[in-house]
Amino acid sequence: MSAETSGVATYSGMYGAIDGWWNQIEAYLPLFGPAAWIVVQVTILSILLSWACGLICALAKTSGYKIFQYPAEFYLWFIRGTPLLTQIFLVYFGLPQLGIRLDPFSAGVIALGVNGGAYVAEIIRGGLLSIPKGQRESSVALGMTYWQTMRRIILPQVVRVIIPPMTNDAATTLKNTSLLSTITIMELMLQTQIIVNSTFQPFEFYILVSMIYLAMTTVLMVGMRWAERRHAIAY
Amino acid sequence: MADREHSTKPGKPILQLRDLRKSFGDLEVLKGVSLDVHEGEVIAIVGVSGSGKSTLLRCVNLLEVPSGGSMVFDGKPVPYEQARGGLFSSGRALSDMRSEIGMVFQQFNLWPHKTVLENVIEAPMTVKGLSRTEATAHAQELLESIGLLEKRNEHPVRLSGGQQQRVAIVRALAMRPKLMLFDEATSSLDPELVGEVLELMARLARGGMTMMVVTHEIQFARQVSDRTIFIDGGLIEEQGPSREVLSNPKSERTKRFLDRVLHVEIAE
Repeated sequence: MSAETSGVATYSGMYGAIDGWWNQIEAYLPLFGPAAWIVVQVTILSILLSWACGLICALAKTSGYKIFQYPAEFYLWFIRGTPLLTQIFLVYFGLPQLGIRLDPFSAGVIALGVNGGAYVAEIIRGGLLSIPKGQRESSVALGMTYWQTMRRIILPQVVRVIIPPMTNDAATTLKNTSLLSTITIMELMLQTQIIVNSTFQPFEFYILVSMIYLAMTTVLMVGMRWAERRHAIAY
Repeated sequence: MADREHSTKPGKPILQLRDLRKSFGDLEVLKGVSLDVHEGEVIAIVGVSGSGKSTLLRCVNLLEVPSGGSMVFDGKPVPYEQARGGLFSSGRALSDMRSEIGMVFQQFNLWPHKTVLENVIEAPMTVKGLSRTEATAHAQELLESIGLLEKRNEHPVRLSGGQQQRVAIVRALAMRPKLMLFDEATSSLDPELVGEVLELMARLARGGMTMMVVTHEIQFARQVSDRTIFIDGGLIEEQGPSREVLSNPKSERTKRFLDRVLHVEIAE
């Protein structure tokens, strides 16, 4: 009998703790909405920029022209050989010295986009190399120009093979937005740090913010599966 | 080098090669080939692997850029030096010339992400600027003629090798080319599928298409081509009317080659 009573007591105690925990978090929840929205915006813009940088770099590297290849090589070497955080600081704190003053949001998008571009370039280059040479030859033999061949024949086939690695890269970019907390962008991490500083509940809030990141990366992965299936139907 | 002209159809020359050379690094694959191809003529190009016959064909539409010599296509000198730059070099003049020369590859090289119809209308639309309606009408006519109209909305992967190659031929024909090049068009096909492709090629030949055919099919060369060119070591070793060259070769090398090829055919 006594065991049962104590069991009930423990249960109601635990329930009380969870209840209190949730109440505290609930009060701060509205702050996470705008922060998550910033993450979404920065991520989308950075990804678009990284695709542009990556495509140009990949085409330059496969062009066969040293005048295009060397700058592309340098870009890849520099970006992949230095920490992202250093690059972010370079853009936000370093460039003003050269007279290029950027607001935190723009600096963050540029740093993440240019950084992502180096990784995207290698993915696209791998995709380009995976397309049999005969695909280009048959296009060129029909009189298509380089750009027509790329746009109409080669890149559509590249898109299909690079969807999975590109999604991984997009997820990385999303997670890397957390580094932008260091340049005063009020994204999820900075918001969480500020809350933790006043609530002294790091465990609860870092778990919460992890869940939010997880939800967003999960959406990305599901999107990828969908895109992959859509492209797989035809051939 | 015996470079006498043996054309049996005296049309006007559509292609004139003079002392055409091609080297890959230190390896000289074509050592000076001179050849006139006349309108309506069907030329079979035979020879052992590595003799330079495919390279010769690929030089004609500049998939390989010649190292030396001259080329005149349809009365116009071909500025092949412009193709040296590789990817970015596909200038207008070269594209225009290529659009008038159809090429059929050993591996078909159909575009897998496009349907049969899309494969056929792509170049007429992007290169010649035809409307989708015009291009589609012509493409359907061509597909009808090879009995593959009902496959027009399939992707190439759903087709047999022979069907794929026939679509590839039609894709080239859709550009209304003045010259068709066949680079071992049946070599990667299962034996039972070779016939339908050769049959289509023979039909084109009968229809008056100018063709250069690199082939191992001696029987086909004998029956369909007007002239046979035997290439050996990057040079034309012997050429003449196909029946003559393939039945009574004058050169020792040609004889040995034919012996080997025909012997294998009998042994199979």
